Amino acid sequence: MSGSLQMIATLLLTTMLAWPLGRVMIGVYEGSPPAWLRWLRPLEHALYRLARIDPAQEMTWRQYASAFLGSSTVGILLLYAFQRCQTLLPWNPAELSAVSPWLAFNAAVSFVSNTNWQSYGGEYTMSHWVQAVGLGVQNFLSAGAGLAILVALTRGFARTRSQSIGNFWSDWTRSVIYLLLPLSLFLSVALVSQGVVQTFEARVTATMVDPAGAEGEGQILAVGPVASQVAIKQLGTNGGGYFNTNSAHPFENPTPLSNLFELISILLLPLATCFYFGQVVRDRRQGVAIAIAMFLLLLPPLWWGYQAEQAGTPGMAAAGADLSARAGSSGGNMEGKETRFGIAQSVLWSVATTAASNGSVNSMHDSYTPLGGLAPLWMMQLGEVSFGGVGSGLYGMLVFVIVTVFAAGLMVGRTPEYLGKKIDPFEMKMASIVLLIPSLAALVGTAIACANQAARASIPNPGPHGFSELLYAFTSAANNNGSAFAGLNANTDFLNGALGVCMLVGRFWVAVPILALAGALARKPVVPAGSGTLPTHVPLFVLFLCAVVVIVGALTYLPALALGPIVEHLAL
Amino acid sequence: MTRGAGTTRRDTDLMLIRQAVRDSLRKCDPRVQVRNPVMFIVWLGALMTAAYALEALLAGQGDGAGFFGALTAWLAFTVLFANFAEALAEGRGRAQAASLRSTRGAVSAKLLGTADRSAPRKLVPATELKRGECVLVEAGDVIPSDGEVIEGIASVDESAITGESAPVIRESGGDRSSVTGGTRVLSDWLVVRISAEQGETFLDRMIAMVEGAKRQKTPNEIALTLFLAALTLIFLFAVATLHPFARFAVVASGQGSPVPVPVLIALLVCLIPTTIGGLLSAIGIAGMDRLIQANVIATSGRAVEAAGDVDVLLLDKTGTITLGNRQASAFLPVEGVREEDLAEAAQLASLSDETPEGRSIAVLAKERFNLRERDMAGKNARFVPFTAQTRMSGVDFEGRVIRKGAFDAVERHVAAMGGTVVGGTRAIVESVAKQGATPLVVAVDSRVLGVIVLKDVVKGGIRERFAELRRMGIRTVMITGDNPLTAAAIAAEAGVDDFLAEATPEAKLKLIREQQEGGRLVAMTGDGTNDAPALAQADVAVAMNSGTQAAKEAGNMVDLDSNPTKLIEIVKIGKQLLVTRGALTTFSLSNDVAKYFAILPAAFAATYPALRQFDLMRLHSPESAILSAVIFNAVVIVALIPIALRGAAWRPLSAEQLLRRNLLVYGLGGLVAPFIGIKLIDLALVALHLT
Repeated sequence: MSGSLQMIATLLLTTMLAWPLGRVMIGVYEGSPPAWLRWLRPLEHALYRLARIDPAQEMTWRQYASAFLGSSTVGILLLYAFQRCQTLLPWNPAELSAVSPWLAFNAAVSFVSNTNWQSYGGEYTMSHWVQAVGLGVQNFLSAGAGLAILVALTRGFARTRSQSIGNFWSDWTRSVIYLLLPLSLFLSVALVSQGVVQTFEARVTATMVDPAGAEGEGQILAVGPVASQVAIKQLGTNGGGYFNTNSAHPFENPTPLSNLFELISILLLPLATCFYFGQVVRDRRQGVAIAIAMFLLLLPPLWWGYQAEQAGTPGMAAAGADLSARAGSSGGNMEGKETRFGIAQSVLWSVATTAASNGSVNSMHDSYTPLGGLAPLWMMQLGEVSFGGVGSGLYGMLVFVIVTVFAAGLMVGRTPEYLGKKIDPFEMKMASIVLLIPSLAALVGTAIACANQAARASIPNPGPHGFSELLYAFTSAANNNGSAFAGLNANTDFLNGALGVCMLVGRFWVAVPILALAGALARKPVVPAGSGTLPTHVPLFVLFLCAVVVIVGALTYLPALALGPIVEHLAL
Repeated sequence: MTRGAGTTRRDTDLMLIRQAVRDSLRKCDPRVQVRNPVMFIVWLGALMTAAYALEALLAGQGDGAGFFGALTAWLAFTVLFANFAEALAEGRGRAQAASLRSTRGAVSAKLLGTADRSAPRKLVPATELKRGECVLVEAGDVIPSDGEVIEGIASVDESAITGESAPVIRESGGDRSSVTGGTRVLSDWLVVRISAEQGETFLDRMIAMVEGAKRQKTPNEIALTLFLAALTLIFLFAVATLHPFARFAVVASGQGSPVPVPVLIALLVCLIPTTIGGLLSAIGIAGMDRLIQANVIATSGRAVEAAGDVDVLLLDKTGTITLGNRQASAFLPVEGVREEDLAEAAQLASLSDETPEGRSIAVLAKERFNLRERDMAGKNARFVPFTAQTRMSGVDFEGRVIRKGAFDAVERHVAAMGGTVVGGTRAIVESVAKQGATPLVVAVDSRVLGVIVLKDVVKGGIRERFAELRRMGIRTVMITGDNPLTAAAIAAEAGVDDFLAEATPEAKLKLIREQQEGGRLVAMTGDGTNDAPALAQADVAVAMNSGTQAAKEAGNMVDLDSNPTKLIEIVKIGKQLLVTRGALTTFSLSNDVAKYFAILPAAFAATYPALRQFDLMRLHSPESAILSAVIFNAVVIVALIPIALRGAAWRPLSAEQLLRRNLLVYGLGGLVAPFIGIKLIDLALVALHLT
């Protein structure tokens, strides 16, 4: 199958699975999951009893936000403690020593904020306990919290004159129990069938086929409970791999089929939330329109990234490399890519993983051509709204919708409204904060790093490529993506601290204004639509929405991009 | 408020421009600038660039000083141009305010001890009058303050307020009892109870409004200002971080030097939304001004904006939808009677009837059968006027008793005369009523001749206006005291979406509340005291200037022309206000793309020569590229002043069509225009050897 067809087929398959999943979500959040998920009910109720929670208790947005912030704080502290004390905790067969303070801070924030940036190699830094009980559990919880916030915002649009936006504890619990757990269980089994490792052993020793030059009896291979962690890292837009090389590692992603499963899992839940949203606001077309906008934002970088990687560079051509694709040879730039995936599957992954704020990789983005590397960087700079994180992607996109509705509404001579909710100064204030904060964090972080001697020392590559690596790291952290351009040695006190702060800002300075927005919207009455109302499901609006996302992203990052990948490309 | 024509108009404009130029210099005061965050950044930027220019000059770097100096000048111009736009918009209002103020002058009032004309009076300055006090105003006096006539009747010249030179009658009681301070009594006298505290009179409010002194930002304006501030902040950081990025690039590439701060400031000023930021207040002031040009005074800018959002228009039938009076449209004789005989009797019965309805009967008879109005004087004719008891009018003439009136009244009259009503009459009367018209039965002696059809005449062109409103998504509801049958017929003819028949003030209020509970914004007009509750409840309430004080106080706008269809005009002005802001915001932001293409390659010309490929416009040199972008940015403000003052073009289209149109014009136009503009300015700079 040709590269483009592979990409289209994967995206189509994802959409076909996301549509029914969106329907399942409605029942789940209304407290009546479909029949085939009801067996999980005792678990849900047991948790409520244990935590003494009344799931029907409605919360104001402030209470909702406090519950979210409180649980996240506990999560960060606990994860930090686990890492610092891993020598005292069980399941540390490799006897790894305690994680250093700044790295532990960075990793704790990273997993609780659903970023899953990793400035460490998992297999030789974290014990099984930390990986499974700490990081693995947070993979579920952080994704669940993102979904809960989206559900609250959706209620804000759907409710009229309501003071409350739901109950955080039950939204959170239901996200994990009815969506993330069953899906990842299913995916782990599928991945194990393809040969992904799932064991509690620390390592196995393999006998080498050609031991020449190697010392000792054989090669030591790290293993562990991989399949379960890979499943949730893909589904929950987490992205933190069990192994340092993430899904490029043959134990995480051994076959083209496992690659397909993992690819679909990246976009599945973010896409399903769009369909869920449309149904809850009683107008499916609205959800479909947003999903189409997300696809429209994804396709151009996918196209140019694929072209750039397939074309290779003039340098490669000059060195006599065969760059043309034909049977048995992919051609193009294969540096940093796995031969079992090829260029199309690698580029699709790189764009999908940065479109959704997943951040897992199956190839090394640092080795891409400048334009090929620009594609994932650009996807993050759009603010993680083309799919984005589970929950967080759609709520980010809805903020862009509000901004677009605002500009469009003025241009048709009416106070802007979306789904019958008038957009007032308060909504614009919250929308501006959401738009502003991650961009500022990324830019300021990169600027400080540029001026910082210690940070500059972490850059292995000279020239614009080194700048791209720094920009990529901070963009990834501030937008809670977590993918890395690699290359950069991020495990320094400065970068661990600075990136950690960016991740905190990118998560909580967005989520809290979103909840405030949900509260304000829920209180408003609904204005009935008339022919003077701007329709928000028509192609014109979808295109305008995409234009607003692209222009805001471009205007914010163009100077930085010009000094990184763009000049690198022009100088090729 | 009178508008001069021809040359005087041009003279005033020139004077306004001269005044605006002076004001734009005065507005450079930082305390004024700080109120507009976008322009304040430009102001600070100009100051910083000036410092760099001075530093370069002192260091003997002539080239750098010249370039930085030119940048400083154009940044200063950017601020001045924005000031100029605001000053020009304010100037128009101020000229009107000055003429209003001159009419007030130093007025003294004849304060009465009690509410009685003959009570002892005392001369006091108008400014010392308090609410509730009574004053006497006689022919030639200026009415000292707003109030209500409690005694007397007089003709009043209200041209100072309305611009209308024909005097109006003001009398105690009824719907014509309110007087406005600053107007002049022409004949007779009035005793007026003052109803407004000083400083809160209609004239004061009007002056404050046209001067823009009390202009508060509307919710949409606040939301837009917030959004622009957020964008400005993003650009501030995007440009500020470029400084360390550039240093890093210089080290990384080993060539060139870091971008000088004035160039970064130039980039920043080009990127932040100065076009809309500079014109925003001018747009708001000009919107108010357009309203005043339409002879409408709004008590708040919020009301103007709300007018653009209106979903439902409540319109009084009489005067708005119909011509105010019913007119005779046909004569329907009973069997055995010639239509001409009926017409003649009807005409005779109406000769003394000076009501518009009576006149229209005589006119119709003349048109149809060329029946001339006979001079009845001295022919022993006795006219019988309409009374509430008989509910008939007519004439006793040459021995004949001619009467016209409602069916049941005439039926009783005919029976009294010893006759009976022909069987067909009732059928005719009913069919006329069913069509929404009013039947008047005509009888001569004891014999019924037939029926005159009195019809409400729907105003010409009103149907089209309602269709226009419907396309804009505004529903029209006709309010009438008529019975449902009549109302339905007129509603169908006029093309309104709905009607409220047999409307009482309570029914009106209830209708408004119901609509508002459904989330709709309601606009209405009214003039009577009984309209006041509904006016107070409506979101946009336009009171007629001829109406009562209660109505004027309940409404949030006053129409000086007392024209109920003005509401449609007001909606248009409200929409235009929003469209102009949205269009210029979009234009301002799409401009940025071209400016990046001009400035970024220029700023890094020495460090990364490869970026030169980014320069799509092929500009002459890095200096001319930066200067051209800054000049374009400044000049575009001036170029858009006419749009800001006049308002962006607006047509009654559906929301989607409007959006498509404005996106094409201002979005795509804003993307393309600066590429052309910057290139042209660059060519001009080269041609003039300025770079």
